[in-house]
Amino acid sequence: MALVIVLIAALLLVAFTFLRRRSPAVLRPIQAFERLSHAIGLAVENGTRLHISLGRGNLFTARGGSALAGLAMLRRLAERTSVSDRPPIVTSGDASLSILSQDTLQAGYKAAGADDQYRATTGRLTGLTPFSYAAGAIPVTRDENVSANVLLGDFGAEAALLAEAADRENTHLIAASDNLSAQAILYAAAQDPLIGEELFASGAYVGAGPSHEASLHVQDVLRWLVILAILVGALLRMVGVGF
Amino acid sequence: MRYLTAAIAIASGLIVLLGYFYPLDTLIQLRVMLTDWVVIIAAMAVLVGIANLVLVHTDKIRSGEKNSIYGVLLIVSLLFTFVAGLVFGPNSQFMRVAIDAIIVPVEASLMAILAVTLVYASIRLLRRRADVMTVIFLVVALLFLIAVMPTPIGPVPGDFLLLQFLQMFSDGGARGLLIGIALGALLTSLRVLIGIDRPYGGN
Repeated sequence: MALVIVLIAALLLVAFTFLRRRSPAVLRPIQAFERLSHAIGLAVENGTRLHISLGRGNLFTARGGSALAGLAMLRRLAERTSVSDRPPIVTSGDASLSILSQDTLQAGYKAAGADDQYRATTGRLTGLTPFSYAAGAIPVTRDENVSANVLLGDFGAEAALLAEAADRENTHLIAASDNLSAQAILYAAAQDPLIGEELFASGAYVGAGPSHEASLHVQDVLRWLVILAILVGALLRMVGVGF
Repeated sequence: MRYLTAAIAIASGLIVLLGYFYPLDTLIQLRVMLTDWVVIIAAMAVLVGIANLVLVHTDKIRSGEKNSIYGVLLIVSLLFTFVAGLVFGPNSQFMRVAIDAIIVPVEASLMAILAVTLVYASIRLLRRRADVMTVIFLVVALLFLIAVMPTPIGPVPGDFLLLQFLQMFSDGGARGLLIGIALGALLTSLRVLIGIDRPYGGN
């Protein structure tokens, strides 16, 4: 059954991607992404940096999904900020993710025709435990002339420390996590928190391509199927049909 | 080269995925072998990550950046711990003391700061975003704290009902969020598995 769902999702994704190539999707406005576009423009004009933190999502675990979403967003942000004098700094709390972030930055600059902008030291592993990761990422916000922070990936409670550091430096903060505790914390601590699956919509909102827009459509279709399954299941239980 | 890396990544992903759904001997063996490789690569990635960290701080020290003294401290402690770990072994008494006396207390103190940070963030929340959802968020948090806090007269009257009531909404909301996240993660992973997104090999 699970394999069938995966196959259906894959087929829908391919079909919607071809459809979206012909007609781009109209997405509902999300304030956080609108402010992000503004923050990118401002950073390029002011000669300040973006700090993108990808969390601790290990790609070899179930938390890898959020890390991949963060990398897709990073790729697009690298392209968009390639004209800036100060390239964005990417921090992460997982070694493999850190290497992939360097590779993604390099690919983004290459695609924008600005290969010489890439520096290996802009993709950093700041710590391997939750708090050491946060403790290593906070100085980036404080000392590296950062005007906007983007936290996107798998975070835990340590996200509050990063949000607090961004607030103290009076920098903009856009934050999303796949972890429920972190979402509650970021709702309280961040100016622009992204809730639930909005984390996975980031690619579509920064113009990462038709496949990202198609993903949102497939998610909508699957969500309706889940709703239908829940309602039918509840109805069957009510009439006494067990399964 | 670009296509070769994509082909290897897609094939590996499909083998591991099929190994979960169809536990055939060949697929399981392939899955275990790939997972073993992953463990070795992940360990090497940690070394590369640490080398990168040293490079970042060496650059900071060389260019005399603000607070670069912390970089010196980091590199010295890192080298000292690394050499000690190689000489005495990771399970030695010395390494245990290093963890128990330095890493654990530092992380515990950060946890304590976190508690204060959260209270402060909640207080400022109304100033930052004064809307209905913010009010609901704060009222629910406050009701929950009242229901679980110890008082001189014992539990607050009606605490059980209050917790049951809050649990009903929080469970429903949490499940909704988790379903959304699961669908998002599924689609993100599928994009990589199909080869549309390639966060490897310079795509």
